[in-house]
Amino acid sequence: MEQRPFSDISYEQYLSEGKLMGSRCKKCGALFVPPRSICIKCYSSEMEWVEVKGEGRLHAFTCITVAPPFMMEQGFDRKHPYCSGVVELEEGAKVDARIDGVDASKPEEISIGMPLRVKFLHWGEGEKQQTYLAFQPV
Amino acid sequence: MQKKRKLARGVAVVGAGMSKFGMFKDKDSKDLFAEAFREMLESVDKGFDPNDIEALYLGNFTNDFFIHQGHWGPIISDLIGLAPKPATRTEGACASSALAFREGVFAIASGFYDIVLVGGVEEMSKRTTEEVAEGLALATVPYEGRVGFTFPGVFGALATAYFNKYGANREHLMNVTIKSHSNAPLNPKAQFPFSIKDMMTMKAEGAKKKGKPVPHWDDEKAFLRDPGANPVVAWPMHLYDCCPISDGGACMLLVAEEIAKNFTDNPLSIVGIGQGSGKGLHAAADLTTMEATKNAADEAYGMSGLQPEDIQFSEVHDCFSIAELIHIEDLGFFKPGQGYKAVEEGLTRRDGPMPINTSGGLKCKGHPVGATGIGQLFEVWKQLRGEAGERQIPNKDLRIGAAHNLGGTGGTCTFTIFERR
Repeated sequence: MEQRPFSDISYEQYLSEGKLMGSRCKKCGALFVPPRSICIKCYSSEMEWVEVKGEGRLHAFTCITVAPPFMMEQGFDRKHPYCSGVVELEEGAKVDARIDGVDASKPEEISIGMPLRVKFLHWGEGEKQQTYLAFQPV
Repeated sequence: MQKKRKLARGVAVVGAGMSKFGMFKDKDSKDLFAEAFREMLESVDKGFDPNDIEALYLGNFTNDFFIHQGHWGPIISDLIGLAPKPATRTEGACASSALAFREGVFAIASGFYDIVLVGGVEEMSKRTTEEVAEGLALATVPYEGRVGFTFPGVFGALATAYFNKYGANREHLMNVTIKSHSNAPLNPKAQFPFSIKDMMTMKAEGAKKKGKPVPHWDDEKAFLRDPGANPVVAWPMHLYDCCPISDGGACMLLVAEEIAKNFTDNPLSIVGIGQGSGKGLHAAADLTTMEATKNAADEAYGMSGLQPEDIQFSEVHDCFSIAELIHIEDLGFFKPGQGYKAVEEGLTRRDGPMPINTSGGLKCKGHPVGATGIGQLFEVWKQLRGEAGERQIPNKDLRIGAAHNLGGTGGTCTFTIFERR
């Protein structure tokens, strides 16, 4: 595998390629998603890229009606809420993600612990295309 | 084990001022800071010459974003006639002025200055709600904002984790809101000096005036359950779980303890001053607690030699109702998972054993983010000096009070303890 820097830019690039990637410390084995270039457990800088399976469980969530401008551009507003959450990956690390495929207007029906699978949401076209990390119910 | 910490020399608060908080079309940041500064001057019991102030530390989060003007240190320094003496801006999101306070304390403790002004200011209300949400989201960690988390959204997620772990629910959050609103009418500087019952009456009267059907709610909780009156912002955070958008300024005069009696016979000693930094949501081991608050508390308790049970009352950073529950547990006032029960039992009321947010909290007093940290300490100053008027905590000889301030989504937290000796 080519050696990209262990950075947020690389993390986003991988997401746009449909891969959820983290870094693992070669010295102590600690896993970081998103990646870190410095291991905060043993302070080694020897890292390797790891692709995680993309399966996990919902750890915490919210359904947002007052959306920031960039989410409003994607069609979300007070009448069309969206769900964002924290997902605990099977590998143990946690990630922030959009939670897709749930009805954000019925938060009572969304439950912590529900099994989720990764999904990559692409928005816009060409050079302006953005990819957002998302998870959806299995 | 807490490390014993100490200042190289003692520092005391001898004056304090705060503007009214609210949404002001006709006042800008300079006007609001001037209002606080004038009150501070009058608050110094024995008077003093403002020319004796040696430096300014000023908290401001993001007027750069809200009103397209940055570099607030010299602007305020010029406003109060301090220039050319030094002015330093501190930024710690909603804890910006608590950091200014801390830097001021350290500057005096180091021996470099004897008399320092610390303050904070923020001007938020000239933007739309969505734009303010975007501005505040500058202080989320990058991965959070990217996937759509707003500030209320982050705290909404914390609430779902808290509910899931401890079996609490929305009704418990309502208790926090109702309690804060019960203190607010007694605070003349509050943005919303109304109880929930007052709000219900006002809503009903408003509907009557417009010739609309007059709503009726059986009690405060019925009002808070009504999505028409209390709409969702970021579930489970509803409108009445969230602090408002506010403008305001606040400042305090700090001096070396050895000269404090030249200013007043009732100085407040800074006996504990702690700070911590935190990770984002995804990196936190447990979303029902904040490492930054715990570190701040450890530093402050470690310096003061005090225990949580020694603190007689506290302001805590209730930017959202759930935050108050998490903080009163992290600061050791109540055991983990017991905060919501304590509020339900009335233990945090103004006349209860551990009054929390006698000012009405950020929820009612307002939250001009860069001014909030010193705004909270202003309440502690008022209470400890017996000057809180109608909202004075009853039947207690108040000697030790504290304030907890939070910035971002838990990225910066401070805890400060004052003692009246």
